[in-house]
Amino acid sequence: MAIQITKIFKKKKASILERWMQNQLAHVGLREDLISNDDLRADSSELIVTLLDTLNEKNLDDPDSSDFDPVVELLNSLSLSRARQGFSPRETGLFIIGLKEVLIGVLQEEIIDHKELADLSLKVHRLLDNFSISTFEAYIKGREEVILRQTDEIAEISTPVIRVWDGILALPIIGTLDSARTQVIMETLLTEIVESGSSIAILDISGVPTVDSLVAQHLLKTVSATRLMGAECIISGIRPEIAQTIVHLGIDLATIITKSTLASALQHAFKSLRLEVRQQRIDSVLSRVKPQ
Amino acid sequence: MITPVILLSKDNMTVLREQDVVPFRNRVKEYAIKIRMGLVNQTKLITAASELARNMLKYANGGIVSIETIARGRESGIRLTFKDEGPGIADVNLALKDGFSTGKSLGLGLPGARRLASEFEINSEIGKGTKVMIIKWANG
Ligand SMILES: Nc1ncnc2c1ncn2[C@@H]1O[C@H](COP(=O)(O)OP(=O)(O)OP(=O)(O)O)[C@@H](O)[C@H]1O
Ligand SMILES: [Mg+2]
Repeated sequence: MAIQITKIFKKKKASILERWMQNQLAHVGLREDLISNDDLRADSSELIVTLLDTLNEKNLDDPDSSDFDPVVELLNSLSLSRARQGFSPRETGLFIIGLKEVLIGVLQEEIIDHKELADLSLKVHRLLDNFSISTFEAYIKGREEVILRQTDEIAEISTPVIRVWDGILALPIIGTLDSARTQVIMETLLTEIVESGSSIAILDISGVPTVDSLVAQHLLKTVSATRLMGAECIISGIRPEIAQTIVHLGIDLATIITKSTLASALQHAFKSLRLEVRQQRIDSVLSRVKPQ
Repeated sequence: MITPVILLSKDNMTVLREQDVVPFRNRVKEYAIKIRMGLVNQTKLITAASELARNMLKYANGGIVSIETIARGRESGIRLTFKDEGPGIADVNLALKDGFSTGKSLGLGLPGARRLASEFEINSEIGKGTKVMIIKWANG
């Protein structure tokens, strides 16, 4: 008669949970700072219950069976939340790997026949290894979400609009200008134009490493939108190598005011606002410094 | 007599998502710096590379690029080969004209890349895919 593996596991359910908990609590890498023992016990117990509910003698052979969807789902959500909480991949992976050790241990105690033991162990290994893999996939997905969120945050903080003068805004762009970034820049710029009543905006691209046709198109769009708001837009910080590349690429920036430096853009802005920056005359400085 | 091109090193990179473009450009830059390509040529190469990578993404759902360091006589250069299995280009000559775009864009990517590179080759077959090869010589 074939050994009923599910029967063994169900009979030993309480002891499996206990041993698994003990292993986890004894482990040096236990993250008591990130998860309480009660939560860990609840997670562990839920996983065992779900696993034993779905496991039967037939699907034991078939790790890809859709029967295991609830187990995989549960593991994925645990793994995702652990990735977000800051668990390391090792800590996350040890969770399911620890369960495998306990299950194999139980089989070793319950099955006497060597061949049978080897055979069933192999199946349990395969099944739980499959779970481990999906745990890792979910973990990586969780980390990617964290990275994406941070990217969004960086995009937002890295587009400050500076009021350099009454009526003049400056916007230093640093990094790559993709569609999402352009959207953020455009929105902040347009809002700031309205709020500050500015009539000139300087886009400084000294910090943009590559100006390809996509970036150029984004810049052109931003300039047109600024114009629609009734403000003038100057692009500054065009490095010599970028200028040569733009020409070869065939991008026509003739309709836009461009300056090589932020300083010359500012000067242009002052001129069109009919402001003047002058050095103080030496004698008037001296007359103030000289004691009477 | 034609001087033969010698392959010095080779690397492959897949470009499948928007986020792959910047790391790809950085890799090209590393290669260009290694052969002491000047800043202007570096910028031209990287910009051409950026255009072709973006085309692959936009029109063919991505593809593979091989980055090679090559030498011909005393000259060294970077050769990039972009291969995709997208829809192909119906009229390559038309696609190489300034301003032609099926994507409501500026239509400067292909012709611009050709002007920025030292050498340019394109093969495209409808339903099979597109292959674009560019070379930029360190001093070319
Ligand atoms: N890898 C490709 N696969 C299929 N079609 C392509 C590919 N690359 C370019 N094309 C076609 O060639 C046209 C011209 O490409 P090009 O890069 O010059 O312009 P664009 O991508 O439309 O605009 P831009 O690059 O200026 O933003 C594209 O609109 C597209 O129809
Ligand atoms: Mg293009």
